[in-house]
Amino acid sequence: MALLSVRGLRTDLIGPIDLDVDRGDCVLVSGPSGSGKTLFLRAIADLDPNQGTVTLSERSRERYTGPAWRRDVTYVAAEPGWWTDRAGDHFDDPGTARTWLPRLGLGDDALDKAVSVLSTGERLRLAILRAAVQQPSVLLLDEPTAALDPAATGMVADLLRAALAEGLALIVVSHQEDAVARLARRRLALRQGRFFEEAA
Amino acid sequence: MNTVALTPWDLGLAALLVLANAGLSLLLSLGLERQLVIAAVRTLVQLLLIGLVLEWLFAVSSPWWTAAMGLVMVLAAGREVLSRQEWRLVGWWTYGLGTASMLAAAGAVTVLALTAMVQPDPWYAPRYAIPLLGMILGNTMTGISLGLDTLLTSAVRERVSIEAQIALGADRARAFRGIVRQSLRSGLIPIINAMSAAGLISLPGMMTGQILAGANPIQAVKYQVLIMFLIAGGTGLGVFVAVLGAARRLSDDRHRLRLDRLTSPRREV
Repeated sequence: MALLSVRGLRTDLIGPIDLDVDRGDCVLVSGPSGSGKTLFLRAIADLDPNQGTVTLSERSRERYTGPAWRRDVTYVAAEPGWWTDRAGDHFDDPGTARTWLPRLGLGDDALDKAVSVLSTGERLRLAILRAAVQQPSVLLLDEPTAALDPAATGMVADLLRAALAEGLALIVVSHQEDAVARLARRRLALRQGRFFEEAA
Repeated sequence: MNTVALTPWDLGLAALLVLANAGLSLLLSLGLERQLVIAAVRTLVQLLLIGLVLEWLFAVSSPWWTAAMGLVMVLAAGREVLSRQEWRLVGWWTYGLGTASMLAAAGAVTVLALTAMVQPDPWYAPRYAIPLLGMILGNTMTGISLGLDTLLTSAVRERVSIEAQIALGADRARAFRGIVRQSLRSGLIPIINAMSAAGLISLPGMMTGQILAGANPIQAVKYQVLIMFLIAGGTGLGVFVAVLGAARRLSDDRHRLRLDRLTSPRREV
């Protein structure tokens, strides 16, 4: 039985979409701009009103509160948001996050800095780390490497590979053919609100 | 009381100052001359009309007519709150929330003042009830208007940071905490400033009016202190209810940010 099961998921603009993702599986979603890739991820995370059946380990999404669902099925936006000045204040568990900083090419003091002085790439890596250290069952990444150079992309791929090995399920929206895209076992193209399977 | 009666000539002379402002606006191309003149005419007409209504209301001294007058004032204040919002909740929500908050806060504080502090006989005596409600309502309206405007504008401006928290599993209370605090502060700052400046930088209008009408200054001060405390209580309560109510309406039972429930006469979400 799939870890994440999506049946008939639709919003006003996309769907209906069916998808199964197993534990340790990475699915890459591509498609032209405006095809609904971001809306699809947001609908799974229940960030916008949507219809359909979504289950996690056979437990229906309706049986979770919204916050509990999103702690387990976490969406990271292409332009992540920040709500206080200091980067470290955005982490529930800064201690665990610190151990990952060097492996993501970030300085030891990255969490002590103001978000405003971090580069776009640094903020993006911290946003992915912020979600990953919460240890969700499913991570939904929207264009995670768009602002990263190949070296940083490789480091993010290493972080995600380690999480996949521990049973994380990953759905990545990306236009890039890079180290993170190569983690995918399945590739889906979203066109006119519907999925088409592509060769991995 | 020893009052100096004003003549229409005195009022006309004061109106020249407003006309001078309009002239300045024309000279500097500020485009405010029309608004200034309309506002001045509204002041004159509205206050003359209310003067006549109050004269009649004091004469009949009916609890029902007093309540009806209070209700009209609250409904008009609700319309003012609505007109000051850059972003509005879809449907009747902004008007309903603003009006209901003012009705609850200003109404409760006015009744408390009449029954427990001023204690006129009868307790609903319009000579006390209407001016008290008017002063509390006017200030509560400003606080609620500022609080709601800050909340709705901030929700649009800070959408990305609010949704980032929600996406990480924060509930709506936590995700909205920052903008709710800002909004409560915005709504309360005018009355805090007014209390801080009272007597030192400014002589409040009601007290000045009483003194000009010949009242004993200490008695006028006592009334003014009472009024300011009532205004602070009413504003705090009203802003709290309106801001928390609007924050709740900006999210749903799945704790999602619902900017689709906002509209703007001038902008797109």
